[in-house]
Amino acid sequence: MTQPSLITRDLTIRFGGHVAVNAVSCAFHPGELTVIVGPNGAGKTTYFNLISGQLTASSGQVIKDGVELTKMAPSGRAHHGIGRAFQLTNLFPALSVLENIRLAVQARAGMGWRLLRPVSHFRALTEKAEHYLEATRLTARAHQPAALLPHGDQRKLEVALLMAMEPDIYMFDEPTAGMSLDHAPEVLELIAGLKRDTSKTVLLVEHKMEVVRALADRIIVLHNGELLASGDPAEVMASQLVRDVYLGKSEDAA
Amino acid sequence: MSMKPTYGSIGVKLVVLLIAAALLFAPFLFQDVRSIEVAARICIFIVLVASYDLLIGYTGIVSFAHTMFFGFGAYGAAILLKQMGPGWAPVVLGGLAGIALSLVIAVAIGLLSLRVKAIFFAMITLAAASVALVLASQLSHLTGGEDGITYSAPDLFKPATKLLVDAEGKVLKIAGVRMNGKIAAYYFVFLSSAVLFGLMLRLVGSPLGTVLKAIRENEARAEAIGYRVVAYRTFVFCISAVVASLAGTIYAVWLKYTGPETALSFDIMIDILLMVVIGGMGTMWGPVIGATLLVIAQYYLRDLMGAAAEAVSSVPLLPELLNPDRWLFWLGILFILLVYFFPKGIAGTAMEKGVRQ
Repeated sequence: MTQPSLITRDLTIRFGGHVAVNAVSCAFHPGELTVIVGPNGAGKTTYFNLISGQLTASSGQVIKDGVELTKMAPSGRAHHGIGRAFQLTNLFPALSVLENIRLAVQARAGMGWRLLRPVSHFRALTEKAEHYLEATRLTARAHQPAALLPHGDQRKLEVALLMAMEPDIYMFDEPTAGMSLDHAPEVLELIAGLKRDTSKTVLLVEHKMEVVRALADRIIVLHNGELLASGDPAEVMASQLVRDVYLGKSEDAA
Repeated sequence: MSMKPTYGSIGVKLVVLLIAAALLFAPFLFQDVRSIEVAARICIFIVLVASYDLLIGYTGIVSFAHTMFFGFGAYGAAILLKQMGPGWAPVVLGGLAGIALSLVIAVAIGLLSLRVKAIFFAMITLAAASVALVLASQLSHLTGGEDGITYSAPDLFKPATKLLVDAEGKVLKIAGVRMNGKIAAYYFVFLSSAVLFGLMLRLVGSPLGTVLKAIRENEARAEAIGYRVVAYRTFVFCISAVVASLAGTIYAVWLKYTGPETALSFDIMIDILLMVVIGGMGTMWGPVIGATLLVIAQYYLRDLMGAAAEAVSSVPLLPELLNPDRWLFWLGILFILLVYFFPKGIAGTAMEKGVRQ
């Protein structure tokens, strides 16, 4: 087995008395797509926030390729190869689609501090942004403000932003949430495409079982902030414990 | 592949070009003392408002300390010109001192409070500006207190200076305008303002400018894709403070007087806010239009109303309404109308009109 690219060790966050994520230890490997499942309020998005830095852990560690990122700001983690897409569409609304993607490309290239040459001189950045526009089939929308896109295209742009960051770790939080049936496969195809590059690690929070079956190499189940199960998708989904959680029986059983 | 500019944005740029041309030839176009005062004030305020737009329009930072930085630059030059006598050394040293002080305060405020909520940051800047205003009136042995400081500008700018002379050794006249120190002083103001404005224009068009807009649009996402938001914010706060400080130094040299009213008062802060709102935020053309319009209104609305009152003197009630003493009332109405019909400011609203296919 390859070395894990991302490790969380006893990762915990408390909000007052409430423990939202409780001592989650897990390793993620390159070339592997892990789907994180669990009922609402299980701590999936919070777990993501701890890895990508929107929240800072109360205790435990986040380690990426041997580098500890636990206390780092989100921008620092992005430079260490952690890329995150959001559950609620989270774009730069007044800027054009192309500009949205160009910003991600520019961040990746570390060129944000160039302040005396016009943007148009940096052709390579724009070309790369156009490449990702094409990959996500948004070229026709290039010059529209992100806010005016239909919901499905906004979700695609969300994915395009993440792809343009060219991270080592891709983190998708319900990438097809609120999408119509004819748009969802496009996004799932893009995610499946990422798996072909065996140096990349993909983490995906998803509810829809057909998506889990189609994409997952591995499943981890979170419940009440704790890691309940981890392993082969079919086996995990078949286990009694997981069934109980999904059917809401575990509370009574405990 | 890029989109065609709208007719509105072409129109806005034409207006800006017209204003630039008028300012460039102001001493020749408007040959009276007051007009030159107005033109110089417009130049300074374009720079001051544009530097404020970097904060509020481009990055989404609300600060009330912009006049404080303007004041640092003005008082720096004023105090040294008073202490050392007229010359370039006090101007340069005073300007540098203003920049240094502005940078120290901007970095301190920025690092302490740019991480926190916008409203808290705005309050901190308000507090800092109030302290600066109180200090300026308290340290009267240095600042002249409420009376301010009167001093002489460098010799080059003295009205008696002969900039160009004819064969007989008299001051040369070009198009009826005497080439004396006053002309030199005006072009000092115009050129330094043009350079500062050009630098800011360059800045907003650069990759850094796009990051500032990204922060304004969605701070959390800008951070998530890899931009250290607090560093960019602190940086733009510093740049804007330095430019404001330099504008203050230039204004101090031009006015040969610096006091709380001309360089530090909250009235100036309110003027800056009005100019950026009326002109249009988030575009460098907005401050040009806003500053020009407001300075002209402040100087000429009374005259205009006086003339209008004369003209309608035979009609009942109207002359009363148009009495020059009521100019602030009409200025207020003008603001409300402008904000109502141009919700994104004149430049911002106009640039969206006339989309070309």
